[in-house]
Amino acid sequence: MEKRYYQPEIETMPVEDLKKLQSEKLVKQVKHVYENVAYYRDLMDQKGVKPEDIRGIEDLHKLPFLSKADLRDAYPYGLLGKPLKDCVRIHSTSGTTGRRVVAFYTQHDIDLWEDCCARAIVAVGGTDEDVCQVAYGYGLFTGGAGLHGGSHKVGCLTLPMSSGFTDRQIQFMDDLSATILCCTPSYAAYIGETLKEQGYKPEDIPLKAGIFGAEPWTEEMRRNIEATLGIKAYDIYGLTETSGPGVAFECCEQTGMHINEDHFLAEIIDPDTGEVLPEGSKGELVFTALDKEAFPLLRYRTRDICVLSRKPCSCGRTHIKMSKPMGRSDDMMIIRGVNVFPSQIETVLLKEGYQPNYQIVIDRVGNNDTFDVHVEMNPEQFTDTVSGITAQEKALGEAMKTMLGINPKVHLVAPKSIQRSEGKAVRIIDKRKLHD
Amino acid sequence: MSLKQLTVFVENKQGSLVAITDNLARHNVNMRALSIADTQEFGILRLIVDDHAAAVKTLSDEGFLINTTAVVGVKIGDEPGKLSKALEVLDNAGINVEYLYAFMARTEKHAYVVLRVADNAAAETALETAGFHLITDADVDKL
Repeated sequence: MEKRYYQPEIETMPVEDLKKLQSEKLVKQVKHVYENVAYYRDLMDQKGVKPEDIRGIEDLHKLPFLSKADLRDAYPYGLLGKPLKDCVRIHSTSGTTGRRVVAFYTQHDIDLWEDCCARAIVAVGGTDEDVCQVAYGYGLFTGGAGLHGGSHKVGCLTLPMSSGFTDRQIQFMDDLSATILCCTPSYAAYIGETLKEQGYKPEDIPLKAGIFGAEPWTEEMRRNIEATLGIKAYDIYGLTETSGPGVAFECCEQTGMHINEDHFLAEIIDPDTGEVLPEGSKGELVFTALDKEAFPLLRYRTRDICVLSRKPCSCGRTHIKMSKPMGRSDDMMIIRGVNVFPSQIETVLLKEGYQPNYQIVIDRVGNNDTFDVHVEMNPEQFTDTVSGITAQEKALGEAMKTMLGINPKVHLVAPKSIQRSEGKAVRIIDKRKLHD
Repeated sequence: MSLKQLTVFVENKQGSLVAITDNLARHNVNMRALSIADTQEFGILRLIVDDHAAAVKTLSDEGFLINTTAVVGVKIGDEPGKLSKALEVLDNAGINVEYLYAFMARTEKHAYVVLRVADNAAAETALETAGFHLITDADVDKL
């Protein structure tokens, strides 16, 4: 593939210059945050750190961390770095309990995010000649909006499909000759299977590349998708807290994702001690947004476990690469692209009058996640009819859907029947093999 | 008036039914009638026993999920068409039967039908008005 970049001067900037740029931005950003975000100013004051102590990226470790708990405590406006009148949009993702995470964006923030997505699209060969089908969900979820904006910036003809309605996806893909597909990897696999069922061969569709993210997937799944769709499949990474997809993206090498380091400064820490680990170590990924205005999170703990590498890349990009996340340092699960915390399930159970005795079983059948929640019944909830029990299961499933955004299959079971290991119930059984 | 039915949740795994019947046997509880509703995931065992209180105590002590359900017991002649007659009476009274099961008497030439309906009193009145004889817990003890 011909080497092409969306912003070549930044994407191929010599590492020394890049670090200098990061240092300049960090100093400015810390000052901006300290002056405008009281919540973080308090954290810095508690730690005895002043903005003038941060003279460059080498001082980053002096700053306090932010975690999902801080986002909950500061909800909704506590981490806002700009007046609301300067903000133009929000996106939202699930929190650890009932309270969602709401992230704010100024037009500047949207622009830099869309630039990151545009870099990802160009990295997979996208140009203004391409037809880019965005089949990520639109709305509060960042997937649709991010790739949509990136596609515009590249000048692709953008098909704003959102997710679902697979027959319609296929009709547009075929009739309008889509060349790039953006969606979750499981949805890409599903589209591939449906195409096959409908009698399409990979060569019948001009699709050449896919940008797939928002959930974990394996190399094996990549090869499957590439074979069924006749494309190259690329990973993309991001989280609502830092903007959305495009924080990091894969290039033609397909050996990890380049982090857009001019905007997002990455560290790897020991999740237990918080100590910064040297490059190449496996640990928790931490991001500092270098020039986001409205939601400028510093040292935000992603809870994703991965490895960073600055080995020179054949694509010519100098930005550091992150491996696929290899796990989590908390108990968050990603099911059908949606973040789910056991604490959310507990919140629903208590609200609906159940004891928090439950077990979550996740599996992958074909390329789709199954999501089952087994819940122990209270004696007073037991009725003598099957319809009575199935009605309770359905009502509980609906309540969980309201909280989580996805619908689990609820199974009511007898008290004390859920497997306990050393007296402690086993809360999550994940049978998917998501990490190679 | 109504009969006490013992309802037990049965996990869908090997040995769970025998664990219940064993328990009742050890405590000398005799079963008069039995029915089971099963789904792919669980079963609901419904029992009429001679000593309801003893059965409740032993099963709850053992941690089984149980409840006591009031059901209607009706005596019918042991000949073709008798059950239909009883069901017609309920149908005419607009009473929906959720489930039913039957058992034979050992001595008399009669069958007994256990009916689960939403409104026991209405079903009992309808059946008695039509000339049916209802059975009670006391009758079950004697059967």
